[in-house]
Amino acid sequence: MSANGEGPLLEVEGLVTRYPVSRGIVGTLRGRPREWVHAVEGVSFRLRRGEMLALVGESGCGKTTTAQSVLRLVEPDGGEIRFDGTDIARLPQRELRPLRRRMQLIYQDPYESLDPRFRVRTTVEEPLAVHGVGPRTERRAEAARALELAGLAPAELYLDRYPHELSGGQRQRVAIAASLVLHPDLLVADEPVSMLDVSVRAGILALLDDLRARGLAILMITHDLSTAARYADRIAVMYLGRIVEEGPARGIVDNAQHPYTRALLSVVPRPDPRERVAPRILRGETPNPVRIPSGCRFHPRCPMAIADCRDVDPALTRPAAAAAESHRAACIRV
Amino acid sequence: MTTVPAPELLTREPDDFEGPRRRRHVVWSVIRTQPQAAIGALVLLAVVVVAVLAPWIAPYGEREKVGDVFEPPSSEHWLGLDDAGIDMLTLMLHGARVSLVVGFAAALVTMLIGGMIGLLAGYFGGKTDVVLMRLTDYFLVIPDIPLMLVAAAVWGRSLTNIILIIGVIYWTTTARVVRAQVKSVRERVYVKRARSLGAGHTRVLVRHVLPQVAPLLVAITVLSVAVAIFAETAIAFLGLGDPTLTSWGKLIENAFSRSAISVDAWWAVVPPGLAVVVVVLACTMLGRALEDSLNPRLRVGHLSVRHFRLRGAGGGEAR
Amino acid sequence: MSGRPVLEVEGLHVWFELDGGRELHAVRGVDLALEGGERLGLVGESGCGKTTTILAVMGLLPPNASVAGRVLLDGEDVLARGERSARPHRWRDVAMVFQGAMNAFNPVQRIGDQIAEPMELHGIAEGKQARRRAAELLERVGIPPARASRYPHEFSGGMRQRAAIAMALACNPKVLLADEPTTALDVMVQAQILEVLTALADDFRLAVVLVTHDLPVVAQVCSRAAVMYAGEIVETGPVDALYHEPRHPYTRLLYAATPELHGAGELASIPGTPPRLDRPMAGCPFRPRCDSAFAPCAEVHPPLDAVGAGRAAACHLNTAAREVPA
Repeated sequence: MSANGEGPLLEVEGLVTRYPVSRGIVGTLRGRPREWVHAVEGVSFRLRRGEMLALVGESGCGKTTTAQSVLRLVEPDGGEIRFDGTDIARLPQRELRPLRRRMQLIYQDPYESLDPRFRVRTTVEEPLAVHGVGPRTERRAEAARALELAGLAPAELYLDRYPHELSGGQRQRVAIAASLVLHPDLLVADEPVSMLDVSVRAGILALLDDLRARGLAILMITHDLSTAARYADRIAVMYLGRIVEEGPARGIVDNAQHPYTRALLSVVPRPDPRERVAPRILRGETPNPVRIPSGCRFHPRCPMAIADCRDVDPALTRPAAAAAESHRAACIRV
Repeated sequence: MTTVPAPELLTREPDDFEGPRRRRHVVWSVIRTQPQAAIGALVLLAVVVVAVLAPWIAPYGEREKVGDVFEPPSSEHWLGLDDAGIDMLTLMLHGARVSLVVGFAAALVTMLIGGMIGLLAGYFGGKTDVVLMRLTDYFLVIPDIPLMLVAAAVWGRSLTNIILIIGVIYWTTTARVVRAQVKSVRERVYVKRARSLGAGHTRVLVRHVLPQVAPLLVAITVLSVAVAIFAETAIAFLGLGDPTLTSWGKLIENAFSRSAISVDAWWAVVPPGLAVVVVVLACTMLGRALEDSLNPRLRVGHLSVRHFRLRGAGGGEAR
Repeated sequence: MSGRPVLEVEGLHVWFELDGGRELHAVRGVDLALEGGERLGLVGESGCGKTTTILAVMGLLPPNASVAGRVLLDGEDVLARGERSARPHRWRDVAMVFQGAMNAFNPVQRIGDQIAEPMELHGIAEGKQARRRAAELLERVGIPPARASRYPHEFSGGMRQRAAIAMALACNPKVLLADEPTTALDVMVQAQILEVLTALADDFRLAVVLVTHDLPVVAQVCSRAAVMYAGEIVETGPVDALYHEPRHPYTRLLYAATPELHGAGELASIPGTPPRLDRPMAGCPFRPRCDSAFAPCAEVHPPLDAVGAGRAAACHLNTAAREVPA
């Protein structure tokens, strides 16, 4: 798997991305100071080939922005992004283009991510056409290969179809095929199954698992902790733009240390009615990322907060009760 | 590398796919299913055919004097004669050609100008959008008739000039509608995906955005034809049209300036007026029907007053 | 619980007329019964007919729909005369929280006014009194009553969903139908909303039908569940029994396809796709995808038969004496 001794494929260090909040005409005229949505405020992680990292958190935590920043679909404001050794955080677009082939994004909505006017063949061949790969016959063969790799076999059955003829699961596979056709090294999957029926999800997740086993690095964005626990190698839990806990997937789920992670895990509904868990329902909602609380960003809602939590912004450290070496949590009390 | 077919495919019949095999051609399906659109399209087609065949089916010559001034309709001259003794029916047929040519050509100009501006403003947003929309606003507030008067006076009254003037005045609606549609299409996931692949703007615009906007553009252009024909009629009626060409507007202008009304020569005034009304109506019916089914903001199906029906207890036990 | 059911659905069928004269048989003979204070989960994947079923209970089907069967609210058939008999009961006896209700608020009307509106429409309360009741309801769902004078865009998604629940309760109904009430929400907000729903159901002795595809949510909130597939109910029973002893392969496979936090082992996926509802079906609708199908499944449609106390399943495996395949 990742035992080839190479360094990680993707290294993100201190990533910062902010969006300006519109002040409107009145605000500008009045000279109101500009406010920022601190979507990502210092995120660091590593991803090796053949590894799946799940970025988990609620809406507004910055997981999607992190993924988009890594792919340079959104311009980061700070930090380093090293892809296979090259820092791509500030690379000019022209030099970035050849590297884009090696990182692909799979979107959440299979019903919207395919152009309804394109046949499957055209959608899957498009990346090859954009990057000027091979003659047309070659592209056709590559597209068929990619479709079969994505589980749509025999490919001939699908090449000439329109998206509206396909089910949600099939459309998502077409989207996956379209991202595989350039032979990428990194796949970013943004909630790849959340819009699919339950009976179809396992198939897609198994496909991603299979791709991982073939050596792809996969960054999966999800809000579903159960899926992350089952398929990811490592989990990073995000809150208000920071990673608050990270480590091996099973270690996080069985032995969570950060109070936010523990609260999240406690409210995930269990299918077995006999599995009674005392839910730690946090009051209120995630605060506005425009005004990040002082000190530890979680302290206003934290059931374990003490006076120091208002002043100290904790770094990720290994908790005392953690089993694994790589398990980290950003909390001064663990 | 061995591949396993996806589980959800394992028990599917090859022809068991959802939805029709062919991609729906929107414009054609609207014409097929909505009577209003069909009637409009049919009438328009009939007028176009008549206009094209005019030189061959016209009973007399366009400048051939065949009788007295303002002779009433008779079995030889179904629509009587005009102020120069020329057969009205012949003039009507030839007039159709000019009116329609101006109408379609000017509509094409509005489609090109308005479409281009709407496309660029909607796609690029930001400063481009602001600048282009300001431009649109300026053109929007200019009163049409006075501008046509000035333009005709300054640049002359040729057919080309008329077409250009109409096109340049009336592109603003097209631009706005196209811009709104482009803005919404641009946010769709498949467009973002194409951009994130590294596709250039041209490719995205031509292959992804334009096809989505095209049907609505067709609808708006059909409506523009109606506007253009009406505008041409107005221009000709004001005496600003091309003096060498006969159009319906010119016929009405002739009739008025030669006092057809005072001699009760209705056949010199009513037929061209009616013809304009019929063509404008046909275009409007077709254009509106297309626009209603294409413009998502105009959906009102949920306001229907009809309700669900009841079936007898024994109905359809298809088990 | 004893007493007569407050909601009964008997033999409900719904057909939709499609372009080209075809007909979609979306709901095929559904029976349900709920008593006051009971929470029933109506579970199934997309296209199974669960939303159509509860829309039929509300009488909110589109003009191209036709309905057969009975929907009894406290014994009275609300579908007897179509819209005319359904309308008086709407919101007063049975109310619904729609899918995406949090996005269905009028952006230019204050939240408090929107909650008061059904009260005024149905003659429950007027003017100041209506607004006071609205504020009370907001407090019940966990929103400070002072926020009744705010506009929807000032609320977060979770709070708007609570407001939607408050609006559904405006006329004090006996039955609450909730269609995917927490699907688009984060897990923490979901927990808050489910807590509110459960408390309200208990306080007001509401009969609740919770429509969702999310089995764990049903396990947490409901005492009983009905699993729907291809327009039919294929199994019903207490949620505990459905998880530990499913009597229909679809139920079993659905649970097997649901990931668990501390679970191990392969996640199942169900091969194939649901059958087309615009074609006639022979035998069991689940047969093409079933891992335990045998001889009668292709020909005989399995009836929904009792398989224990308060349990029913529509599967030949429960009735036929068959050999376990080698």
